[in-house]
Amino acid sequence: MAWEHFEHGADVGVRGRGNSPECAFEGAACALFALLAEDLAAVQLSVEEPVACEAANLEELLVAFLNELLYLFDSRHVVFGRFEVAIEQTSRDVHLTGTARGEPFDPERHDFTVLPKGATFTALEVARRDDEWIAQCVVDV
Amino acid sequence: MSFHEIEPNVWELDPSGPMRVPGRIFASRELIDALDEKVREQLANVAALPGIVEASLAMPDAHWGYGFPIGGVAAFDPDRGGIVSAGGVGFDISCGVRTFTTGMKAAELGDRLETLAHDLYRTVPAGVGWGGAVKLTVPELDQMLVGGAEWAVQKGWGDADDLERIEERGRMEGADPSRVSRRAKERQLQEVGSLGSGNHYLELQVVERLFDAKAAAVFRLADGDLLVTIHCGSRGLGHQIGTEFLQRFVSVASRYGIALPDRELACAPIRSPEGEEYLGAMRAGINCALANRQVIGALVRKVFSRHFPAAKLRLLYDVSHNTCKAEEHEVGGQKRTLFVHRKGATRAFGPGHAEVPAEYREVGQPVLIGGTMGTGSYVLAGTRESEARAFSSSCHGAGRKMSRTQAKTIWQGKALIRELGERGIIIKSHTAKGAAEEAPGAYKDVDEVAAVAEATGLSRRVARVLPLACVKG
Repeated sequence: MAWEHFEHGADVGVRGRGNSPECAFEGAACALFALLAEDLAAVQLSVEEPVACEAANLEELLVAFLNELLYLFDSRHVVFGRFEVAIEQTSRDVHLTGTARGEPFDPERHDFTVLPKGATFTALEVARRDDEWIAQCVVDV
Repeated sequence: MSFHEIEPNVWELDPSGPMRVPGRIFASRELIDALDEKVREQLANVAALPGIVEASLAMPDAHWGYGFPIGGVAAFDPDRGGIVSAGGVGFDISCGVRTFTTGMKAAELGDRLETLAHDLYRTVPAGVGWGGAVKLTVPELDQMLVGGAEWAVQKGWGDADDLERIEERGRMEGADPSRVSRRAKERQLQEVGSLGSGNHYLELQVVERLFDAKAAAVFRLADGDLLVTIHCGSRGLGHQIGTEFLQRFVSVASRYGIALPDRELACAPIRSPEGEEYLGAMRAGINCALANRQVIGALVRKVFSRHFPAAKLRLLYDVSHNTCKAEEHEVGGQKRTLFVHRKGATRAFGPGHAEVPAEYREVGQPVLIGGTMGTGSYVLAGTRESEARAFSSSCHGAGRKMSRTQAKTIWQGKALIRELGERGIIIKSHTAKGAAEEAPGAYKDVDEVAAVAEATGLSRRVARVLPLACVKG
């Protein structure tokens, strides 16, 4: 699993890459939370929150997933450093269940840049490219 | 499909394909040449939405946004299948600017600028984190969502006189807290009276130049005056409303047969249950932002009273720049109620308009354009001309010209803060990295933007103000 940020005019793109859609989603979530704690690997994993969401397709599911995580961050005051998700596709929609693990957010310790306002549909893509899955979108900061 | 100049500083995109009206941007040759390609595409996409009236417009500070360009203005007729778009308002519902005069000259600060700035930094909640100045229960929050700044004044935050110089007199009609989700409310219960982060700020400023002596006198502005400006919005509540309705409206649009060239334009007919739901929630979001700025304004007054008890902070005006409002406009000689989306654009009523406070009505509504922490900002006045040109709209700020990632490669936060300090500008930031992203060089030239706003009749310059100290989230 890998993650990165990519260019966008006024805001930030988040991208996850991996050998499955789930892996790519987990990467995108890491890219998102790296905006709140630059050293994600140093985030303790003392708190676990369940995550669940659904959407009409994989791309909208990514947006729903990242926005669900932002809601959890803002309401639980937890910065997440590790994610594990499972995605189930039916003929009508797609469902995600999983967990997000992290620790209480501490602005003194967690090197944050900015609080994302929401994941958007801009540059939104969940697709298989060159033997790996990518999941990306722009985040409004 | 490219822009052609139809008159000096006004460029048009002819309707083609699904566009129902032309695209039109107010910009100088320099701004057009530097315009990012996406603005043209987004302008055309908005022009394809049902019920759009006259043209899909973009302000001089336009840049790539979400569905709508930032700096986008579009009006829709509810009686002609017009839509309301959650993407046309955005996440930070009613983000806006309020400016106070202080009754002081900047020179009177003496050597106490740093102390004052530091107290503001310590007193006004800002940055990533939690804890606004006010904690509410859900029923109290519901009252705030209906009452806006008027509610805040009733609770002792500021003066009733402030309401005269806030859009909608501080209270947006038609707010419906029952349309705001439990989650959105949860995010705001402890956050009323907080600045947020990113490009939000609180600034001490000095009036450096007057362009229009008469308007300046009416606005009570003089050379060398000390001003205070707050830029922030509806915080987590607004973001949650935006998130929920954007995701929902993507499927809603197709049920009404609306083809979305861009999912980000997610919309519903104004006259639909979903459209009305969003309007009720969005208006509650507006009140949340108005209450937020009213509370922060009261905190600023408290800080001033500790250091300069003789200072009188009087609200010059409070404008919002991410909204959709039902307004009466004349189209083809007929008065029509239109739903005007302003995404990173400011409403700017001209002289004589009934919505302009009586004391300003002769010169027009104050328009506050934020610059960057290292350059300047402007106070302008609305014009009659802007009504015919842009549904009484003007720009909201300098607009970015460079991405955040690019800015971080050029500027380093701590060095930037030091450099601005050497120029006499104090920056108090909760994050040095965030400061680099907000570097003045990452934004368009605010002087150019303000000059073009004037040249195109959208609003006219009254005063240029320079930053003395900036508190950033």
